[in-house]
Formats: sequence, structure tokens, C-alpha cells
Amino acid sequence: MTAPVLVLVDHTVDGAVRAPVRELLTLARELAGGAGVHAAWTVDGVEPSAEVVAELGALGATHVHRVVADADPHLSAVLAEALASLLDATGAGLLLVVSSFENKEAAARLAVSTGAGVVTDADGLALVDGRYVASKTVFAGTWSTTCAVTAPLAVVALKSNSVVPSTVEGAPAPQIGEHTVAVSDKARRVTLVERVERPASGRPDLGSASIVVVGGRGTEGDFSVVEELADVVGGAVGATRVATDEGWIGHDAQIGQTGVTIAPRLYVGVGVSGAVHHRGGMQASGTIVAINSDPDAPIFEIADFGIVGDLFTVVPQAAAEIRRLKG
Amino acid sequence: MSPVLDRLSVGSGTGGNVPRVRIVVCVKHVPDIQSERALGPDGRVVRDGGDGTLNELDENALEAALALVEAGEGSVVALTVGPDDAVDAVRRGLQMGAEDAVHVVDDAVAGSDAIGTARVLAAAIRHLDAQEHVDLVVTGMAGLDGLTSLLPTALAELLDLPALPLAAELTVDGSTVRVRRNLDHSTEVLEATLPALVSVTDQANEPRYPNFKGIMAARKKPITTLTLADLDLDASRVGLLGARTEVVEAAARPPRDNRVLVQDTGDAGVRLAAYLVDNQLV
Repeated sequence: MTAPVLVLVDHTVDGAVRAPVRELLTLARELAGGAGVHAAWTVDGVEPSAEVVAELGALGATHVHRVVADADPHLSAVLAEALASLLDATGAGLLLVVSSFENKEAAARLAVSTGAGVVTDADGLALVDGRYVASKTVFAGTWSTTCAVTAPLAVVALKSNSVVPSTVEGAPAPQIGEHTVAVSDKARRVTLVERVERPASGRPDLGSASIVVVGGRGTEGDFSVVEELADVVGGAVGATRVATDEGWIGHDAQIGQTGVTIAPRLYVGVGVSGAVHHRGGMQASGTIVAINSDPDAPIFEIADFGIVGDLFTVVPQAAAEIRRLKG
Repeated sequence: MSPVLDRLSVGSGTGGNVPRVRIVVCVKHVPDIQSERALGPDGRVVRDGGDGTLNELDENALEAALALVEAGEGSVVALTVGPDDAVDAVRRGLQMGAEDAVHVVDDAVAGSDAIGTARVLAAAIRHLDAQEHVDLVVTGMAGLDGLTSLLPTALAELLDLPALPLAAELTVDGSTVRVRRNLDHSTEVLEATLPALVSVTDQANEPRYPNFKGIMAARKKPITTLTLADLDLDASRVGLLGARTEVVEAAARPPRDNRVLVQDTGDAGVRLAAYLVDNQLV
């Protein structure tokens, strides 16, 4: 049993497809088994360019739907109604979204309005005996679970760095269609007074970067060594709650259960002690490296490579050596 | 004009003839994140370890609600659903300053997913609203056990209330509730008219610690216990019966192998670089 799969295409204000969407489409292609991969582009003043449509097609989208709602699709109630209507129109049995707060809000609404079974923060998804079965880690990355959706419709929010994205050689151009949605009055009860998208930092996006260098209390507010290492390895810069509370870096850089949850291929903690709240946001990382002057720092309990030492000498030395080795 | 207009004005701090506002705060009893947490063979969170505590993020919800009524006038009801010892969560709410507490306890609730839990809470809030109008529902941003963050918006959908989730800042001015929230790529300001539902983040405030007076006062405050029958809720809609997902497998992840810990003696940075390059991590 295979059913069409609907994929929500998160995009920037500049009209670029956000990186994790590539993972969703790669996965959708496998799961749809030829039944059709429908990419939903919510038109929020930004249209999908010809290049974007070609990119979505190469990733496996058979259809690209321009979803035009008569209200702001950044409101979760509007997004949920638009997606419900498109699920209906495409006959999809699965909706895949990037695991972001706003997408999870829409997922929660769809669970209520459509009876869908929802799995958030999944790191894998398979079709087993006609059921979608998702894998995810829980309890700050200390447990692995698999979870089957028992409802006829599944909504799965996938974490970044869960799937290796790939494209299909010679994929046919996707069909482009327009899907208009008239949202209900109740979806208009919240007003989006202001929405400011943060400008790109020039570094990879924290939530989806494959390498993340994180600064903590040990930096004492000097993030220059963190940034230097991040730039040498092409990584994103993150921070602990202490560092953001101290104002050393913006709150949007906070890694943790209540901030950004990351699972990069490589995590480097610079002066990070590894409090449980922080570990909850990074423990599922591939390889964990930690540099801290305190040999009893809890992060060393989960570090693959730990260094007890002064971060202000160790980190610049490592950055210089990587630069040398990589030529 | 809305009946709640001018009830509360936190933003401008005006006092005077301000009628009461009633806020329900949903709280959850969860395993302490500092303890060894586990899933049982049925895939459900083991909740009888004796290490239960009020979900930390719900303290922010209680604080936000208490600050609002203190800026005007009103009352806070702490509401929870869960087994017997979950009553500790609402007791903590009473100690912090909530006036009333409601605990929904029913065997049929066990095994509920986020949506099932939301159904129970929605029924309980309707029950409370029928007794006395509820102006605002406040929740934490997530439960530190499941961390799905689904509950607040699902609850708003079930209650047919406007949802303003993830408030880093919350103001209520007259009948208007306004929230500033920080998302992964953007900052948003949302506004709606009461009644509404708000979830607050741990950036929203610094929760108060119950003082001796609060702890003593809480002993005299009532805790109402309700069952699904009291709420006229069909048991098949909640618990394992009502769940749309089921845990197939759950296992503790093995500790990481081959861990290396070195003391820097002058060349640790070079060794780290070699480790990263040799393992093709950079």
C-alpha cells in the first residue's frame, strides 16, 4: 500500500528552499513508491521561481502546488486549513514537514481537525505493513523509540540531519498547479501584527547545520574562538542558555530543550559544561567533542573526544591545525 | 464590545475599577529530568519512579498567570490530568499562588497521547468555564517528558480559542492579548481578543519560588478531583484507545564507545584537529 505524500516546502523571504526540505523530499520519494510526491509552496508574497521548481523536481516532487490562501499562511490556523484542503485534494496519506515550532503548531491543529496521527521530531520514517513507523529519540537523546501511526492519515515532523538528501537523474519536470484556499473566520482570529525574518548570518543555519560549534560559560563572553573554529570548519555557531542569558549572543542561538534542538554530524562544545537542559538539545549529535577546563564537567560523560584544558589555547590551536591540514 | 474589555491592563499597569479575570493554567507532573527516566515495555513513560515533579516549563506558565492577576485582579486555577501523584503539580501551583486546583484522575486516561490529554483538559476547562467564565488559558511551552509541543495548539483548537503559543513576552491590555515570540528564523508579534490560549516560554519570566506563607496557605486551599464521567467525556476518545500513534519499540541507547578524554599538555588542539580530519568529520 502506497499513497501520495505531501511535503510542506519551507522557504526564505528570498524564495530559497530551506535545506531540510531536501531531506523531506528524498524521504517522500521513497515512501510514495511512485504514487506521487506533492510539494506545497505557500505563497506568502514569494513565488517559487523556475529554478526552485526544477530543484523540487530533481528532488522527486511530481507536483508543485502554489497554495494561495486568502489570509497570512504564517498563521498556524491558516496553514493548517490550507494543508488539510491540499491533503484532501491530493489524497495523500502522509504529510511531511520540517520539525519547526510553527510547523508543529499546524500539525497539532491537523491532528484535531483531521484525526491524523502526529509524530514530531522524528529522525526516520518507514512504511511497514502499510503503517508509517517513525523513529525518534526521547529523554534528552538517551532513549530510542519507534512509533507507528495507527490513524489513516499521518503527519510527521522530521528533524534536520535525519536523511541524506539526494536527487534523481533526469527526473521529469513537476506539474505546477494552483491551490486556492478560502480560510474560515475562526482561522483569522489571531492577527500577525509583525513578522521579522532574521537575516542570514553568512554561516549555515543552526537547526540544520552538519557541524555546530557551541560556546558556553567558559568563553566568558568571548565568542571569537568559537566563531573562528566554526568558520574554519564551515559550521554554525550555537550557545548555551547561560551565554544567551548573559547577552553574549542572541537567544536564537540557544541550544537546548527549549531552544534549538540539533543533531549535527559534529558537535563541538567550547566551554560548555553540559547541563541536562543543554544535553536535551544536542545529545543525539553524531560525534561530540568538548573542550572544558573542568574535568568534572558532565559533558565529558557523553563526549567522544574530550579535552581538559584552556579553550583559549586549545581551540585556536585546533583551528590553525585544521586550516593547515586542509590546506 | 467584548464583556472582558478593560478587565485587565498589564501593559499600562492601570488599576482602578478592574473586574476579575479568570485564568486556567494547565500543568503537568513529569519525571524529574535530573533522574533516570525510562519508558516501560508498553512504551509509556514510567511515572511511578517517585522522582516526579512539576514540569519546569509550567512554572513559567503559572508565573505569567499570577503576574497578570496581580497587575489587575482575578484568580488562577491550576489544572492537571494524570495519576494520583500528579496532584503534586497542582499543589505546587497552589503554593506559588493559584487560588484553586483541579485534578482530573481516571484510569481511562492512562496512555493518552498529546491529543488525548488535550481532550481531557479541554473538557475540564469547559467544565470550569460553565461554572465561571474563563478568560485565558495558559500553558508551558512543552512538557519536558514528551517534548512534542503539540498540546497548547491542539487544546486551543479543541476549545475553539485563538492560540498565541511560545510567548517570550506577554501583555494583556483590556481585552487584547499580545505575544512576542522567537521562532527559528523569525520573530513574530501575535494579537487576539480574549478569551484566548497562550503558551509561554522559559524566556518569558523568572518563576517565583513558593515561600513559607505560600506553602502554608496552599494547605487550606481546595483541590477538586474530577473523573471523565464528571466531564461527560467518552473514555474511548482518550487513553490508549483514543491514541493515533503507538510505541512499537523503546530502548535505552547504549553509551558511546571508544570515548577519548585527554588533558591538554600543549598539543591537545593539534590532536583534536588530527582526530577530526582523520575521521573525516571536517
